[in-house]
This record gives sequence, C-alpha cells and structure tokens, in this order.
Amino acid sequence: MDLTLSPSEQQFRDEVRAWIEANHPGPEPEAGLDEVMAFRREWQLKLHAAGWAGISWPKEYGGRGATLIEQAIFVGEAARQEAPSPANVLGLAMGGPVVIAHGTDAQKQRYLEPILTGDEIWCQGFSEPESGSDLASLKTRAVKDGDEWVVSGQKVWTTFAQYAKWCMLVARTDPDAPKHKGLTYFLMDMEQPGVEAKPLVQITGEGEFNEVFMDEARIPDANVVGGVGNGWGVAITTLMNERAGLAFGAIAQIQNSLTGLARLAGEVRLNGGTAAEDTYFRQRIAQLHIEAETMRLNAYRGLTKTMQSGIPGPEGSLGKWQWADINQDLTELALEIEGAYAPLARGGENAIDNGAWQYGFLRSRANSIEGGTTDILKNIIAERVLGLPRLR
Amino acid sequence: MYFDLTDEQQAIKSTAHDFLASRFKSERLREIAASDDGFDVAGWTEMAELGWTGLAVPEEWGGQGLGIVELAVLFEEMGYALAPSPLFSNTIAGLALTLCGSDDLRERYLRPLAAGEVRGTPALWDAGSPATPGGFTMEAKPDGDGVILDGEKILVPDAASADFFLVASSDGKRHLVERGADGLTVTAEPAIDPTRRFSSVRFDGVRVAAADTLPGAEADYYPVFFRLCVALAAESTGIAQRTMEMAVAYAKDRQQFGRPIGAYQAVSHRCAQMLLETENARSAVYGAAWAADAEPESLPLAASTAKAYASDAGWRVPDASIQVHGGIGFTWEHDLHFFLKRGRSNAAIFGDAKWHRERVADAVLSRAAEPVSA
Repeated sequence: MDLTLSPSEQQFRDEVRAWIEANHPGPEPEAGLDEVMAFRREWQLKLHAAGWAGISWPKEYGGRGATLIEQAIFVGEAARQEAPSPANVLGLAMGGPVVIAHGTDAQKQRYLEPILTGDEIWCQGFSEPESGSDLASLKTRAVKDGDEWVVSGQKVWTTFAQYAKWCMLVARTDPDAPKHKGLTYFLMDMEQPGVEAKPLVQITGEGEFNEVFMDEARIPDANVVGGVGNGWGVAITTLMNERAGLAFGAIAQIQNSLTGLARLAGEVRLNGGTAAEDTYFRQRIAQLHIEAETMRLNAYRGLTKTMQSGIPGPEGSLGKWQWADINQDLTELALEIEGAYAPLARGGENAIDNGAWQYGFLRSRANSIEGGTTDILKNIIAERVLGLPRLR
Repeated sequence: MYFDLTDEQQAIKSTAHDFLASRFKSERLREIAASDDGFDVAGWTEMAELGWTGLAVPEEWGGQGLGIVELAVLFEEMGYALAPSPLFSNTIAGLALTLCGSDDLRERYLRPLAAGEVRGTPALWDAGSPATPGGFTMEAKPDGDGVILDGEKILVPDAASADFFLVASSDGKRHLVERGADGLTVTAEPAIDPTRRFSSVRFDGVRVAAADTLPGAEADYYPVFFRLCVALAAESTGIAQRTMEMAVAYAKDRQQFGRPIGAYQAVSHRCAQMLLETENARSAVYGAAWAADAEPESLPLAASTAKAYASDAGWRVPDASIQVHGGIGFTWEHDLHFFLKRGRSNAAIFGDAKWHRERVADAVLSRAAEPVSA
C-alpha cells in the first residue's frame, strides 16, 4: 500500500502543474456560449500543441499514451487550477477512443486529427424523448439506400450539437431484431439539410444542450463504426470511456468548491459570529469534507484495481453517484449559509459571490441525471456488483 | 501509487477470516454473549498463538512488529466475525506501553502482553464527565515517590478479563494498576452489547509506585488515540461488510409477491446504499492506517475522518440490514442485533461522529485544533 506518487509520477505532476500555470488563459468569458466556445477552441489548440489534448490516446494516433495514473494526475491538476474545458470535450473523451477501438483505418485517418485540434466538434446522439435510461429502446430509424443510410428521428440532450460537425449517432437498423441487437453506430455529418439542432434552455438559463431533428438525413455506409447491428456494444465503450477519466477531475472540482465554501462560511456573519463558528454549519462542512475524502480514496482504490485488471469495473458507478450527492449537498449548503441572501443571483450588487453558488446549486441538480441517473446507477450496483436479481 | 493490500496483508486477512469464521459460529457467539464474564479463554489462547496479541508490538518486545495497516486488516475481520474478545482493549494497552511506557514497564507488562500471557485495558473516562477524549478529572495525589488514585472510571472495556488497567489522571499521565491492587473494585455495567462488556472501576486510595506510572506525557497519547480510532473504525467496517452481505443474501432468497425481494428497488437501492457506505468506510480506514504507518503528520485528520465515517456506517448498515430482513431481523434469534449493538457502541466510544467531525471542521476551517488524548 502506498498512497504517494512515485518519483516519476511526481515529476509528471510537476511538469503538468508548471505547464498549466504558464499557459492558463484565465477565466472563461462571461458573455454568450459563442464566446465561450471560441475561447475553448483556442485553449484546445494550445493543449494539442503541447501534446495534452489526446492524453489518453495511443501515441500512434497523435496522443500521449499516458498511463491511467498520469491521466488522473492531469485531469486532477487541470481541475485544481480551474483550467477551462477543451472545446471538443466529447470528441476527445468519447469519439476518438471509439474510432480508435472500433473504427476502420480509413476512419482513423479521416477523423482523429481534427478531433485533437478541435477543428471538428463532436456531439453524442444517444438519448431520445422516449428513450432516456432505457437507451436500447431508441426509435430513430436508419434505412439502407444504395451505399447510404437514410435517417429519421429525434435526439435530445445533445450537448453542443449547435457547434458540432459530427454526431455519434445510434440508430435502429433492424426493427425486427431484439432491442439491443438492432442498433448501429454511425458518424453523422451535422452540416446537411436533413439535420436541425434546436437549443433547449436549461434551468440555469443556459443552452448547452439541444434537440436534434433528423428528417431523411443521409449517412454514407463508410460512416458505420463497428459494423451494422453492433451499435449497442460500441455505445457502451463510449459510455465507459466517458466515466473512466472523469473521476479525478470531479474530485479536484469538489475540493475547489470546498475551499470556496470554507471561505464563504468565514465571511458570512450570523448573530454572534461567522457561519464558520456555528456548530451546525461546522458539522455539515466537516461531513462534506469526510465524504469528499472517501470519494478520493475510493477513486484511488478503483485506479489500482483498474490498473491490475485492465478494465474499469461497475464500481465506478459508486463514484459518479457520490459525486452527484456531494456536489448537490455542497451547493445547497452554500445557499443555506447565505441565508436570506440565497435568492439573489448573478448581476445584482447584493448577491454574495456574484451569484456563483446560486448557479452551482441550480446546475448541480443535473448531476444526478446526466451521464447515468443516480437511480439507474443504484440498479447497476445492485445487479452487477451485488448480484441482486433484475427487476425487468 | 498503489492502494490495495499487499500479498502479505492479504494473507493475514484470509487467515483471520478463516480462523474467526470457524471459531465464532453463531452458537459459540451466543454462548459467550450469555456467559457471566463474556470471556472466551480458548479463543484467546488461539489468537495469542496466531501472534495477534503482539501484532503491532515491536519485535524487541516479543511482538510481530507489524503496522497499523495490518492491525486494520485484522480488526476488520474481527468486526466481520463479531468476535467477542478483549483483543481490542488489549491492543490499546499494547500501543500505550509501546509508545509511552518505560523499558521496565515494557519488560514487565508489554512482553507478556505480546505473548498473550497478560491482558491490559484502558481506564479513561471519569464517572459524571462527558466521556469525550481528554479532560480527565481523576487526580493523582503525590504519596512519597508514588501517587494515590481515588475515583471511579466508567466504560472500561473487558475489565472482567483484564490483568491490569492503564488509568488516566488529570495531569494526562497513565498509571498501571494491577487488577488485584488494594482498593480496586470492578463492577460490570449492563450494556446493549453483550459481546463487548463495559465495567466501572472504583479506585479507593489505590497506591501506584513511581515505576508503574508511564513516563509519557499527555501529548504522547495522541498517537495512541488516533491509532486505536483506526482499529475501531476498521472493526465497524467489518460489521458493515458482514451485515451488508447478510442483507444481500436474504434479498436474493426471500420471495414476496412471487419474486425475490431484491428485485424491488426499494430493497435493492437500500442494499446499494449499504455498499456505498461500507466501501467509503473501508477507504477512509485504510487511508488513515496507511497514514499512521507512512505519513504520521496526516494521521490526526485521517483518523478523525475514518472514525467519524465508520461510526455512522457501523450502525446504519446493520440497521438497514435489519430493515431488509423485516420481522425476522428484529428477533433475538437472528444474529443481526448483535452487530447493530456493537456498531452502535463503537460509534459512541473514543469520540463519536460529532466529536470527530468537529476535529475535521477545526482542520478545514483553519482554526487551531483542541488537543486530545485518550
């Protein structure tokens, strides 16, 4: 048992730390999403030039080929310094790894480089209005027409579809097959007449995600990934990749928030002292620290296990569940500490911290929904870790 | 970075697991729970033969010289089996003599303790005091070159089988008093957990010779305290693991409305919650155990993190397991209540979750921590 970084891991951490410090572009613009995306494109170019964009990708595909622990260090350090996201976060975390794992040589040749540079943004077309947690029930149809597929249907919660060139689309190609077997994974060009993305406004007032309508959109047969009828397996790879890398960034983000919460508690005055001196708030803050620490240590245990077995296990679901719980509790506690100031949001003179905690409180409501709902994660844990019988 | 047990630690775990499973089957556990003194002599002898009584005692005093990670491994299994044994209190006495004793005391008491020939236990909390760490009130009145102790210590674990007590006084010192000392009276206290007994111990003018007062000062006992917190949190983690497994097994087996109850999300999500709490407790315990061995400066915060979390999980998980079992889980006939009782007792002693959370708050809200000792 050794919970310290080895000398070479420390050296890597120092290298990452120094590079981000030297190249950090500062806070994201507070203007609209267009400005934010332009800012993130710039940042991604910098990352790519230094070899950080495809940190987990094999070297032969333009990545760094970093070990799991190095990836964890990088993600953690980037979050610690509050570095922005790269513009093409879905392409880097999911699209590229799927093409590398399941794509043809021609697909690798065509798609990987523009993912790394951010020249082509990717989005993910999985969820549909009638198919959320029950993803395999999705209804978007793809029908073969010569050497093309014709696609009609609707996707939803499609993050950054309005900026995307490519969509990782799962569609039903065999309506007669059992529901997991009739699906195919496509790369769909978003820039065509049959595709329309309409932003959905979130409870924060932002519009990161979209509805995507496909009306006889065309996809060349060459854009099938992993073979016709294998869409479910390919999609699962995508989701595993999404979950694997995120834990250490999430931990660092929670730690940043806890530092902010301690500062807030020290500043907000109650009758007779600050919130940091109030027994109730002290207990709640301490409990959040304790839970964040167990989450961090669980992630290290998981990392050791993954490095031994080679594949992330279903235990990763525990971390995602716990992250959502902690983030929601933490931001709600901030509002509780603010007391009667809690309703005041960004832009007002009397809003505490310019409404940052109000934004965090609202945004974190999605944490237990996005990337696998907590309710579904509990099912996964019950069935796949504990071996309890399936309800269905 | 490697966060898992080594092969040697894994071997300790499986030896302990197998031995305890065969030694403390339900019937035997119930016999010991129903006995007068709650002490299992045969089990003790076997544990001594396995080297457990001296696991963390240095080799020069006849122990195995292993670390707190190994101790945590052992106590997780002790909790899993709910072994009724004075090993925990004896381990505290061993740690105190190792870290704060004189060579003379180590020769006379630590060496036989490591061999399992004598047993020690701490006598810390004063009757009528809040019984939280630190703030002992019993005075050690000077008497020639020794001291005289007067007063009553409560919540003394395993007093019935102890050969000596390490008695805390208001100056932060510990005094070693043998069971047969003049003026010492042990009275068993009725307690919820029949598998770990507590007694009150009266001291009526008990004289302690100078050589029997440990040289350690109050602050020297902090490392003892944090290490015993890790061991106790490990025990609670084992309790959580075992009762979670019992719930899962029952949920797979028990049928209602034509299917196993584990297929219903009200039940399966409760089980998932039990896994979350058990794994969190385990991570916190081994993180703190590692700190004790490798990074002692981070031990105080890590130990309070572990004790706070495992205090809660150590009774909530057995409680949830009782709920999954329904009516049968509420009967004396089922073993679950023993686990609940031990877990709830563990949560209360050596600083409850609230006390340890306050220590964490001190650390993270950057105020000076209050000193503790136990």
